[in-house]
Amino acid sequence: MAILEINGLGISFGGLRAVNDVSFSVKPGEIVSVIGPNGAGKTTLFNMISGVYLPSDGEVKLNGENVTAKAPHLLAEKGLTRTFQNLQIFQEMTVLENVLAGFHLSVRPSILSDLLSLPGAKRRSAEAREKAMAFLEKVRLANAAEEEAGNLSYGALKRLEIARALAVGPKVLLLDEPAAGCNAVETEEIDELIAELAQSGIAILLVEHDMKMVMRISNHIVVLDHGEKIAEGTPEAVSKNPDVIAAYLGAEEEPAHADG
Amino acid sequence: MSANSKWVQLAVLAGIMLVLPVFFPSGYYYRVGALVYVNALSVIGLVILIGYAGQISLGHAGFAGIGAYACALAPVHLGIHPALAVLLGAVISGVLAILIGRPILRLKGYYLAVATLGFGILVSMVLSNERGLTGGPDGMAVPDLGLRQVLRGMGLKLSGGEFWYIANALVLLVAIWIALNLFHSATGRAMRALHGSETAARTVGIDVARYKLQAFVISAVYASVAGSLLALQNGFITPDVAGFMHSVEMVTMAVLGGVGSVLGATLGAAILTLLPQVLTVLADYEQLVLGLIMILVMIFLPLGLLPSIAARIRWRGV
Amino acid sequence: MDAFMQFIFSGLTVGAVYALVALGFTIIYNASDVVNFAQGEFVMLGGMITVFAFDAGLPLPLAAAIAIVITAGIGVALNKFAIEPARGAPVVTLIIITIGASILIRGASQVVFDKQLHRLPAFSGDDPIHVLGATLLPQSLWVIGGAIGIFIALWLFFTRTLLGKAVLATANNRLAAQLVGINTGFVMTLSFALSAAIGALAGVLVTPITLVSYDVGVGLALKGFAAAMLGGMGNPKGALAGGLLLGLFEALTAGYISSQYKEAVAFIVILAVLFVMPQGLFGAKKTERV
Repeated sequence: MAILEINGLGISFGGLRAVNDVSFSVKPGEIVSVIGPNGAGKTTLFNMISGVYLPSDGEVKLNGENVTAKAPHLLAEKGLTRTFQNLQIFQEMTVLENVLAGFHLSVRPSILSDLLSLPGAKRRSAEAREKAMAFLEKVRLANAAEEEAGNLSYGALKRLEIARALAVGPKVLLLDEPAAGCNAVETEEIDELIAELAQSGIAILLVEHDMKMVMRISNHIVVLDHGEKIAEGTPEAVSKNPDVIAAYLGAEEEPAHADG
Repeated sequence: MSANSKWVQLAVLAGIMLVLPVFFPSGYYYRVGALVYVNALSVIGLVILIGYAGQISLGHAGFAGIGAYACALAPVHLGIHPALAVLLGAVISGVLAILIGRPILRLKGYYLAVATLGFGILVSMVLSNERGLTGGPDGMAVPDLGLRQVLRGMGLKLSGGEFWYIANALVLLVAIWIALNLFHSATGRAMRALHGSETAARTVGIDVARYKLQAFVISAVYASVAGSLLALQNGFITPDVAGFMHSVEMVTMAVLGGVGSVLGATLGAAILTLLPQVLTVLADYEQLVLGLIMILVMIFLPLGLLPSIAARIRWRGV
Repeated sequence: MDAFMQFIFSGLTVGAVYALVALGFTIIYNASDVVNFAQGEFVMLGGMITVFAFDAGLPLPLAAAIAIVITAGIGVALNKFAIEPARGAPVVTLIIITIGASILIRGASQVVFDKQLHRLPAFSGDDPIHVLGATLLPQSLWVIGGAIGIFIALWLFFTRTLLGKAVLATANNRLAAQLVGINTGFVMTLSFALSAAIGALAGVLVTPITLVSYDVGVGLALKGFAAAMLGGMGNPKGALAGGLLLGLFEALTAGYISSQYKEAVAFIVILAVLFVMPQGLFGAKKTERV
């Protein structure tokens, strides 16, 4: 039983058809990657699934429920969250506070008890703080917990976004190029982390340009070109698919180094 | 940042408030001090709106006007005690903030600026034009709070200046305590998160519209209470309290001191309240110098005075 | 009907001034993303300097030309000493800087000139013209004609000249404009000079009708800002439409409802438009990129 189902999703900007009739599904514990040349519509697809853009047609189903075009904060409540290709960090907050913000839904803040610092609010904050530190350990940022997030390196911020997303307690996690700009060691760490998350039962939808990584960890791959799905299947099947090879060669771009 | 630093900040401020009167050469300075605290109160509200939640307002003097005129009108027309009128003004301001905040907080940047500006101008226009009720541009008298007489009855004799100095200082300390609580709470984090990135805030489940509105309402209530206190301590009020220049003054105080920092905003309020008192010796050159100071501080200390200084000496947690 | 036409004429006259102030906002906003709250002071300076030069015995056209040149110079100085040093600062900071500049210019005018109301003679006499049953002052035609002339000249400048296109390119994408060799610093200077000159010209045109004193700038800046936002910030057509609409709303409200609340209606209309169209009437809708 798939937890995330995408049926015939499409969007137009003005007259331009950016994504057209894309369908696939993700099961709990599965890692599904979306690949394709630059401008294939991968990030646009992510933006539609996560409620940032309004799809022109098609539907997104989460746990069997139609959640198409639902606001992102409502999707988060239903267990879907994401990271961003262009970092979206709370720059002026500390690293720890960034992750704490991820616990927003489980803390369920009440304005009155927060203004007056009532014991209930304090206790919930303390609990969230402990769990947040655990996530920071997981992405090896515990040492930087009290640093202002804006001071961190690019690779560290990528990991911080993952920790923040985990704090939401997602059932479905969309990762938009988690390894972009990271060195080989960092990429391997993220690689392991993703595998571990999938093992814990989270459904993972991944956009990534590092083909070695994609081939290594994905259970299933969806290939987009010019906004259309041109192939899907296991890593082996996809890598041998002539349409896929043609799409990449046609794009005149070395896939492993492409970005954007 | 810990709860400790919150109590340290409050203790430092309370200490300064206690010690300052020792240096007052005359009773007049109690009045000036009271004015500083009342301005700081509305500026702390703007710190929550601008500094925490990242939303701008050029119309918050409108709420100060509502608070002020609630104290002037309600005791006369509704027969309620002036202290209750403060509360009534705060409730009206809060409700109004909810009603107008919902639609206008969808706007961003300069669009939000012009919408809030429009709101403030509407309030000041009503106060100026409804002469029958408000006395028009000439203003109107405000009833006495009566608390000073009660204290005298208990054997505590305070001058008007002394009374308002103490009263406003206490209210300001409570207001700062609340603002600091908020800063370190989940609600405050949600506000600061949407300031950093609305998109990311949404993806972690933060209802952006709701927290913008909360910040707007809290800041409106702060401005309203400040307006009420100002009216009560002066015993007289004019529509200028709701005017555009007062809104600008409030925002400038907040940004001058450091809009992300509660103590900085208090410092900003102190400087901009005292400056005109000092600049009066310059007579005709007063505005010229004021404008020059605003430009220079913003260019050379863009974070505001306190954070810029703190950044230089690497003093964290202000 | 006669009264209605009368209100329309006065609305168009005031609206033309608002449109010129809004246009000044638009030009600077496009070049620098700054909303210049000192824009109203340019109008005041245009009127004030002309008055004092004229009273000193200079012929009116020369006095006006001097006023426009000096004001343009002040616009350039504003950019150089207050805006450029704060490049990239948050919106709030920029608002305070330009409001500070507005207070500074007002304070300086109060010292250099005085606090009195001043007037200029109308350019073509005070004999009213009768049109469609209403009367129209010749000076109103000067204001409306001046506004139309400026809009046409600017339209030609932006669409027909290389320099104008460079300004548009800078507005569109500063970095890309730099990469193709456009001197964006010069474009900024030019924009402030142009914007200040337009403000000053509006001041010269309208002073015979409304008079001028050192403190007329704030009100004009707020109206012009509102008009620019009503039309959609950054759009010259929007500035024109926003300014004229605002002028008409005010005149009709003053005529039919209440002259005390004429300005209130202007702001109510702006709030209403922004509720429905958060980007103003002609503003482009932005899609957030993440």
